[in-house]
Amino acid sequence: MEDIILNQLNYPILTVTVFLPVMGALLILFMKNANLIRWTTLIVTVGTLIVALPLLNNFDKTTYKMQFVEEHSWIPSWGINYFVGIDGISILFIFLTALLSILCVLVSWKAIETKVKEFHIAILIMEAGMLGVFVSLDFFLFYIFWEAMLIPMFLLIGVWGGSQRIYAAIKFFLYTLVGSVLMLVGIVVLYFYGGKTLDILVLSKLSYPFGLQCWLFLAFFAAFAVKVPMFPVHTWLPDAHTEAPTAGSVILAGVLIKMGAYGFLRFSIPMFPDATKFFIGPIFMLSVIAIIYGALVCFAQKDFKRLIAYSSVSHMGFVTLGLFALNPQGVEGGILQMLNHGIITGALFLMVGIIYERTHTRMIDDYGGFAHVVPWYAGFFMVFTLASIGLPGMNGFIGEFLIIFGAFKVKKLLGILSAIGIILGAGYMLWVYQRVFFEKLNPNYKTSGHHSVWDLDFREVITVVPLIVFVFWIGFYPNTFLSYMHSSVEHLIKNMDANAVAGKEYLIVQYIKEIFGWF
Amino acid sequence: MVLSNLNLLNIRLIAPEIILICTALILLLLDLLVKRKETVAFVGVIGTLLSAYVNFKICALGWSGSILAGMFIFDGYANFFKLIFYINIILTIFISLKYMIIEKASFGEYYALLLFATSGMMIMSGATDLIVLYLGLELMALSTYVLVGLMRRQLRSSEAALKYFFLGAFSSAFLLYGISLTYGLTGTTNLREIAASLQTLNLTDSPILFLGLIFFIVAFGFKIAIVPFHMWAPDVYEGAPTSITAFMSVGPKAAGFAVLGRVLFDAFGDMQVQWAGILAPLSILTMAVGSIVALAQTNIKRMLAYSSIAHAGYILLGVITGTPEGLTSTMNYLFIYAFMNIGAFAVVIMLRSEGFKGEDLSDYEGLAKSHPLASALMLIFMFSLTGIPPTAGFIGKFYVFMEAIKAGYVSLVVIAVIFSVVSAFFYLRVVMYMYMKEPKGEVALTTSAPMGFVLAVTALTTIIIGVFPSYLLNFARFSIPG
Repeated sequence: MEDIILNQLNYPILTVTVFLPVMGALLILFMKNANLIRWTTLIVTVGTLIVALPLLNNFDKTTYKMQFVEEHSWIPSWGINYFVGIDGISILFIFLTALLSILCVLVSWKAIETKVKEFHIAILIMEAGMLGVFVSLDFFLFYIFWEAMLIPMFLLIGVWGGSQRIYAAIKFFLYTLVGSVLMLVGIVVLYFYGGKTLDILVLSKLSYPFGLQCWLFLAFFAAFAVKVPMFPVHTWLPDAHTEAPTAGSVILAGVLIKMGAYGFLRFSIPMFPDATKFFIGPIFMLSVIAIIYGALVCFAQKDFKRLIAYSSVSHMGFVTLGLFALNPQGVEGGILQMLNHGIITGALFLMVGIIYERTHTRMIDDYGGFAHVVPWYAGFFMVFTLASIGLPGMNGFIGEFLIIFGAFKVKKLLGILSAIGIILGAGYMLWVYQRVFFEKLNPNYKTSGHHSVWDLDFREVITVVPLIVFVFWIGFYPNTFLSYMHSSVEHLIKNMDANAVAGKEYLIVQYIKEIFGWF
Repeated sequence: MVLSNLNLLNIRLIAPEIILICTALILLLLDLLVKRKETVAFVGVIGTLLSAYVNFKICALGWSGSILAGMFIFDGYANFFKLIFYINIILTIFISLKYMIIEKASFGEYYALLLFATSGMMIMSGATDLIVLYLGLELMALSTYVLVGLMRRQLRSSEAALKYFFLGAFSSAFLLYGISLTYGLTGTTNLREIAASLQTLNLTDSPILFLGLIFFIVAFGFKIAIVPFHMWAPDVYEGAPTSITAFMSVGPKAAGFAVLGRVLFDAFGDMQVQWAGILAPLSILTMAVGSIVALAQTNIKRMLAYSSIAHAGYILLGVITGTPEGLTSTMNYLFIYAFMNIGAFAVVIMLRSEGFKGEDLSDYEGLAKSHPLASALMLIFMFSLTGIPPTAGFIGKFYVFMEAIKAGYVSLVVIAVIFSVVSAFFYLRVVMYMYMKEPKGEVALTTSAPMGFVLAVTALTTIIIGVFPSYLLNFARFSIPG
């Protein structure tokens, strides 16, 4: 096998990382005491992060090949293997997932009072599913993790969510399921086309006829576009993010929606290069619409969480724009922006969750003047607000800058339009900051004596500090993170150019003929 | 038939059926002697296990072949289905014990009839002659009619039995009509010989034979409840004792698929284009009606009835392919379906207690709060029925979709996956009621050791097959030669 490097470590590190949370879930199945469950979950999530750490040291940054690979026969009669490994694209997401999971447990410490056991089981299964998606190198395995995640997420939103939780949970589930099952059909078609294998590396190397590529691209696009979510299938996101409990929102915004973009990067672009180029115009258009529309809608929001949710639509528009720019700056910016968005939006949801615990309202009108009563909180919030806007020196700037740079290289107009999105972003974020923290203190809360809102406690500070570290780390020295991706991204783009049918000038009629020839 | 064909060595291949029927007869007598119906049930289980033991011992010894002048066959295909029937009856007996007492319908005949029905299904699965097939089908059907109407004091149970009987008789007539048309053209009722004469007499384009084929599909379509022959299913499923609903949703359906597969593949294999052309639109219709109408149900038994209709549509995909692998995927699906569906019905039965019906969806409100374990199990079954990994339901669906795509029915599969999303909604609704609503009142569960056993077995199998499907796949694959 030329595309993989056998596990450099002498133990199956990826398997241990992925299944440690499952073990933890099984363990707390037999526990009764709520605090014991919380501590166990915390230890398991921290343990998962620690177990994964050797990946960072032993990762070979000079190659695009899959590393830490494990392959075992799983369903031999279908030629399906348990096949895991990571490369420069996936490694950072492992750590993003592991980190955010810990923070989710911390932030739910007091917020979750009912069905504590079920909640923590759901979080742990969720973590395993997310990690599994990023390490799978077999389509079947990938799909199992991809879908299995729906169950805990559905429960997280539906059981511990806000007032409209049931509607949001079902909407989330059905939207994502529609996309996924279409992808499943695509996967099976690939299976037979590739000679009864679901090995992602093997399938990535094949070249497919143009018509087939288009259909498969669309089938996969259905799954990934819903997940990202791209305009116009984004409507589940505001509902789900808003109604989910804080931990659920953090996972959704931080990791789950990255999987769509990850799917584009891992499957759609390398496997269907011609179709990618064919559909690139509409994708750019949808991305730009998402950037600007998402930002504009933010101005109209009354609900704090909903505002952040819509800002995700806008930010994820940047990600898809960057990825499909198909040049090193764009793609690396896209990947980095995924991480950034996970950190920043995850943090913003954490912060909103913290204030919700005190005020039991998410309406921006019910806030006001909080800088007077909770100065530390306001300070932390300011950091994340500025990071979200993309202030130089913070992580948001690097990602967005690279993306706009990449987009500019493709088409100037794209760069200009997306830059407008950044300006709008500064607008709504600063405006909401003003309404929440400045002006007069909302009369519902007293300034002196017995406060009904109190500042961050130690646990909460611990929850947000790691994210602040990353905000500045990526902001000042992004190379720590970018260095992991260089080889993989370079390989991706080189492959893209090599695989694409060179100089094949198509008429639109020919295109359509070939596409429908496959139906 | 010449008498010399009936030597004892051949009889051993139908020993499992003979044991089962004898046990059933013993049960009828035993019922007169003992008061405790559990004893009757216990003997029934012993008899079934003995029959199963003999059956798979014969398998292990490598004996197989056609007997009774080619009317009956003991092969991998039949054995796979027999395994489903054995599992079905044992699980059904276990979930019935306490339930039938609550329903005040605890008769000894109940268990005898279950055994009769099962032996009918076994005869169906091994039949290679249309007459034997009809015999098995009627044995199964007549026993089930009685079982459905066993709660004779309840109007809806009697109504269900009557409805089932009339429509069942109707479908039997279709079957006989199909048999006679086929016999008229080919001069034989043996499946292999029919296939041979299709070629020698060049009958594949005969419109009359096509009509006969349609009659077969109609008759079997009744048994497996595909649209538009599904009308009886919701009423019968609702009216029958819940344990019988569970039994019926698996056993007769599997038996129907067994004969459908056997007749279409063995006798009409050369007419695959024709029957696939009939079955493909029917399967779409079945999935559509099953999934969409289920959305509107408030009674969980009716909902599961429509769900079982929808599942028949997916299972049909494997038959439509016309390939041995496709048929394997159908069998695989039925095996998985047996576990997840009986599991779901077991939870439904648990909710039934003295003076409380527990059939309404709203009875599930807040169940997770008072009975977390039962809710968790129901959650597993519901997600499995939806087909979400890592449950067995996903493996079942994946396999039939895979085979259908391989045979070139991509658009059919696209429609199927869309409807499986539609069906997700009503399965999710059960989960939603259990986990996301506040309980209205106290719901007491009727638990017992056998019930616990059934739930443990079904839930574990659902998960284990979902994660390690290899064993089942190999088993199903070896059941079909070529």
